[in-house]
Amino acid sequence: MITEMLQAPFMQRALIAAVLVGITAPAIGIYLVQRRQALMGDGIGHIAMTGVGLGFLLNTSPVWMAMAVAIVGVVAMELVRSYGKMLGDLALAMLFYGGMAGGLMLMSLSATGTNANLLSYLFGSLSTVSNADVTAIVVLAALVILVTVGLRRQLFAVSQDEEFARVTGLPVRALNLLIAITAAVTVTVAMRVVGLLLVSALMVVPVAAAQQISKSFAVTFTLAVVIGTSVTLAGTVTSYYQDVPPGATIVLGAIAVFIVLTAIATPLARRRARAVETPEASCALEVPSARTPGDSVKA
Amino acid sequence: METEPVISLRAVTATLGSRPVLRGIDLTVRRGEVVALLGANGSGKSTAVRAAIGQVPLTGGEIELFGTPRARFRSWSRIGYVPQRTTAAGGVPATIREIVASGRLSRAKLGILTRADRAAITRAIETVGLGDRAGDSVNALSGGQHQRVLIARALASEPELLIMDEPMAGVDLASQEILAETLRAQVAGGATVLLVLHELGALEPLIDRAVVLRDGCVTHDGPPPQSLGQHALPGHDHVHPHTSSTEPIRTGLLT
Repeated sequence: MITEMLQAPFMQRALIAAVLVGITAPAIGIYLVQRRQALMGDGIGHIAMTGVGLGFLLNTSPVWMAMAVAIVGVVAMELVRSYGKMLGDLALAMLFYGGMAGGLMLMSLSATGTNANLLSYLFGSLSTVSNADVTAIVVLAALVILVTVGLRRQLFAVSQDEEFARVTGLPVRALNLLIAITAAVTVTVAMRVVGLLLVSALMVVPVAAAQQISKSFAVTFTLAVVIGTSVTLAGTVTSYYQDVPPGATIVLGAIAVFIVLTAIATPLARRRARAVETPEASCALEVPSARTPGDSVKA
Repeated sequence: METEPVISLRAVTATLGSRPVLRGIDLTVRRGEVVALLGANGSGKSTAVRAAIGQVPLTGGEIELFGTPRARFRSWSRIGYVPQRTTAAGGVPATIREIVASGRLSRAKLGILTRADRAAITRAIETVGLGDRAGDSVNALSGGQHQRVLIARALASEPELLIMDEPMAGVDLASQEILAETLRAQVAGGATVLLVLHELGALEPLIDRAVVLRDGCVTHDGPPPQSLGQHALPGHDHVHPHTSSTEPIRTGLLT
């Protein structure tokens, strides 16, 4: 039964895509979580919608168009963030909703775009991953891994404390743009597997789950990638045997892992705290010695 | 003895939004000096140090670091910066060692740490007395320990100049003593220090010179005021209102 699954060419492509997405999404997502921009991936997903619509309208590859538009969008977001701090929030909202609405509009204008097509991008559709898609996903995933692992110290420093990073002489603006563009690439890579609406979950939830039980960045990174890969594989296989959407299965799986790890971590943390606790550290009310009668003042 | 200036600000002006924050600051810190920048909230002391290291755009004046105009200054590893923070933590757990290691990137630009780099990181962590906790998550630390991590991060590049923005904010007495001891060792080793302080406190014996800012101008530059607390400083603005309980609060609405 398993060999039957592995022999189906569409399933081979789907599994390759799933593994690569499981690795890359948390690998870049961890830096977004670290700089407290956990929802950035969601914003990129919305912007990529316009790219998908544009791809259909111009009869070019929706994936490459989505990537181009997402990259333009994140560069705009990054510039908004670094220059006009006052309008940051609102400008981002404009970009997100503008991207979503633009995608819907362009899609409806194109001759080939149908609602069914749109849904496959919104929620992912593993069975439609083509050979060309797999080649693109492999190349892009390799780039993402190269950046997130090769430059991990620089990206860590910039995401941890941007001002300090500037004073160490790191090219902070370039690194910020690199994080943003890598995130945009990852979103478009993951789009076929989990869909644009759920892609952010795969960037954030494995990281959130991993940090329940780890105390270092390195362990969180490794664990998040392991969790990401496990849930994408499990979700893909499940959707092969049961007729369920892969994106939803993958994200629910990741949330289940988060819940289990949180349940394990709570007593673990309590035990650790108890181990650190020294006898002196326990609270005791200091009772002042009773006053001697000589203290009392009599008129 | 006049030694070469390490930091030199001449007639520096800067604005935040449309509000002038620095209105012509002159400040020189010479090699080996320990200078405290004092002043009330909003006096511009924090902006002045951040301008010195290029974090605030100037509207006028000149800044030199180690004799090089700031715009052309590239030897960032000579500077250890402790920004004003209440925590060293980010959105993902990180160990003390991981955070301190990021201070070494000014020397290890490519992010490849040699044996010497690793030794310097270990030394920096030991200097602030956290050697036995290097592998712990910073999330488990107290406020004073967070400051010690931030200082260790600044020390990791083995800088000649330490710039610290309110390193004593929210730090308990025990940690203040450790910080003072750390700083004393750095000064003994020849480091130059510029720190922004709210009050001299435990660091008082170390300070060679105090510069007091008020409304973006230098109002005092000389020996530190003696043990009188911030209220006795020249230029201290007594801004908090004295509402006594016997006096009714006048809102102006009824008169």
